[in-house]
Amino acid sequence: MTLRRLSLRTLALAYLGAVLVVPVGFVLYKTFKPGLSEVWHSVTTPDAVHAFWLTLQIAAIAVPLNTVFGVLMALALVRGRVPCRRFVEALIDLPFAVSPVVVGLSLYLLYGRTGWFAGPVADTGVQILFSMPGMVLATIFVTLPFVVREVVPVLRELGDEQEQAAATLGASHWQTFLRITLPSIRWGLLYGVVLSTARALGEFGAVSVVSGHIAGQTDTLTLLVENRFQNFDLAGAYAASTLLALMAVVSLAAMTLVNRREETA
Amino acid sequence: MSSVSASLPRRRRRTSYGDAGALSLGIGMLWLSVIVLLPLAALVDRSLQDGLSAFWSAVSSRQAVAAFRFTFLIALVVTAINAVMGTVIAWVLVRDNFWGKRAVNALIDLPFALPTIVAGLTLLALYGSAIAFTKWAVLLAMLFVTLPFVVRAVQPVLLELDREMEQAAYSLGAAHWTTFRRIVFPNLTPAIVSGAALAFARAVGEFGAVILISGNKPFDTQVSSVYAFQQIESGNATGAAAVSVVLLLLSLAVLIGLRYAERWGTHHDA
Repeated sequence: MTLRRLSLRTLALAYLGAVLVVPVGFVLYKTFKPGLSEVWHSVTTPDAVHAFWLTLQIAAIAVPLNTVFGVLMALALVRGRVPCRRFVEALIDLPFAVSPVVVGLSLYLLYGRTGWFAGPVADTGVQILFSMPGMVLATIFVTLPFVVREVVPVLRELGDEQEQAAATLGASHWQTFLRITLPSIRWGLLYGVVLSTARALGEFGAVSVVSGHIAGQTDTLTLLVENRFQNFDLAGAYAASTLLALMAVVSLAAMTLVNRREETA
Repeated sequence: MSSVSASLPRRRRRTSYGDAGALSLGIGMLWLSVIVLLPLAALVDRSLQDGLSAFWSAVSSRQAVAAFRFTFLIALVVTAINAVMGTVIAWVLVRDNFWGKRAVNALIDLPFALPTIVAGLTLLALYGSAIAFTKWAVLLAMLFVTLPFVVRAVQPVLLELDREMEQAAYSLGAAHWTTFRRIVFPNLTPAIVSGAALAFARAVGEFGAVILISGNKPFDTQVSSVYAFQQIESGNATGAAAVSVVLLLLSLAVLIGLRYAERWGTHHDA
């Protein structure tokens, strides 16, 4: 145990403490200070319950769609010949790097009253903006890269000898995928799904622009936090935050578990 | 990872999924276009609706320029701090051993899992009275959300790094710092750069963590994403689109730059 090692450890842990642990711990403290029944009351108001279910529904639509897309795209990128592959990969990563406000505004300008699709959207009578479909589209946008990014390196490392062998033995593409490829990529895929879910549950900026903030109708949990904060309901905002933080902790635990399985697999 | 694929001989051969590969690429590109590219095209189109000069005046108004400058500078500071601290944390997680290391390792991903609005509220709750609505608040919020990028980029490289070179340096009498600077650091540089670039892009676009805590004071703590949001709220969608296009181009430049730097890196290795 050298002094150098000890000081580096102290520095790293102190930084993590100041930036991550202490703030999150403090919110937990603030949430539960008024008492457990207060917290329960504030996360079971009709608006909060509605926000909770809406958040889950949006994630339940966005994540499976992006999982299918992610696997298809990863297979195409690694196993197929893709023209301008690096450019396509950069485009797929774009939702990672672009501001959520830009995402929301883009959808707003595409489907909104003055947007490109204003006519067709009005004709079908489906309300996209300021209702659930728009929020689902925003969530799909921001969670698009996760599965692709987790599956691509696994596929690359795996190589395609086994797939070739299966094909030689007369397996169809679908059989090869189900029996050979899918079992090999399952942990990477699952990790991507967990990341997508965490992001889908917690998305704020993009959803905020397209939601229209109709309380009790288009408020997700994150929007509810902001809403309560702006209305000086601090305790309510803390309680909703704690609910979201709990969901984040569950995701973290899942990520750690999946990671460990990936290492031992 | 990249060095493995670079060392394999390149050969033309049948792909294992044959024509199905082309089909899945087609479906994938269609999905990407409908979800991502089409909305972004509408954004660019709208920003240019009133001509180039209107675009220019929207992005060069005094308030927009002040927001760009502040966002850019603070993102640079945040990136620099987290590049250093991220490398230190990765080092401690890989080379050190202490009780609770696994828990700390899991904790690193917390900013990825925690919704940004909760992160903002959290920082406001703790540091609120002291720093709320100042530049320090924005700095702290961005440090929080970009913390994992460099750690998670450096960690795997450090794990796979061959320690024999370091031991050789020590046995030749090199000091710890010299060994780090001459042996370890050059091997980590690509990972640090790619992690830092993603952190920078994220910091520039950050919205949720900043909106509650920054106070959104023009010419002071107003960042570009919140400025754009405010423009949307006040009905100036075209102006917001112009600012958004600048942010979009910046993100795209970072990502494309990274991809091509990566290619240069792998060629360099081979």
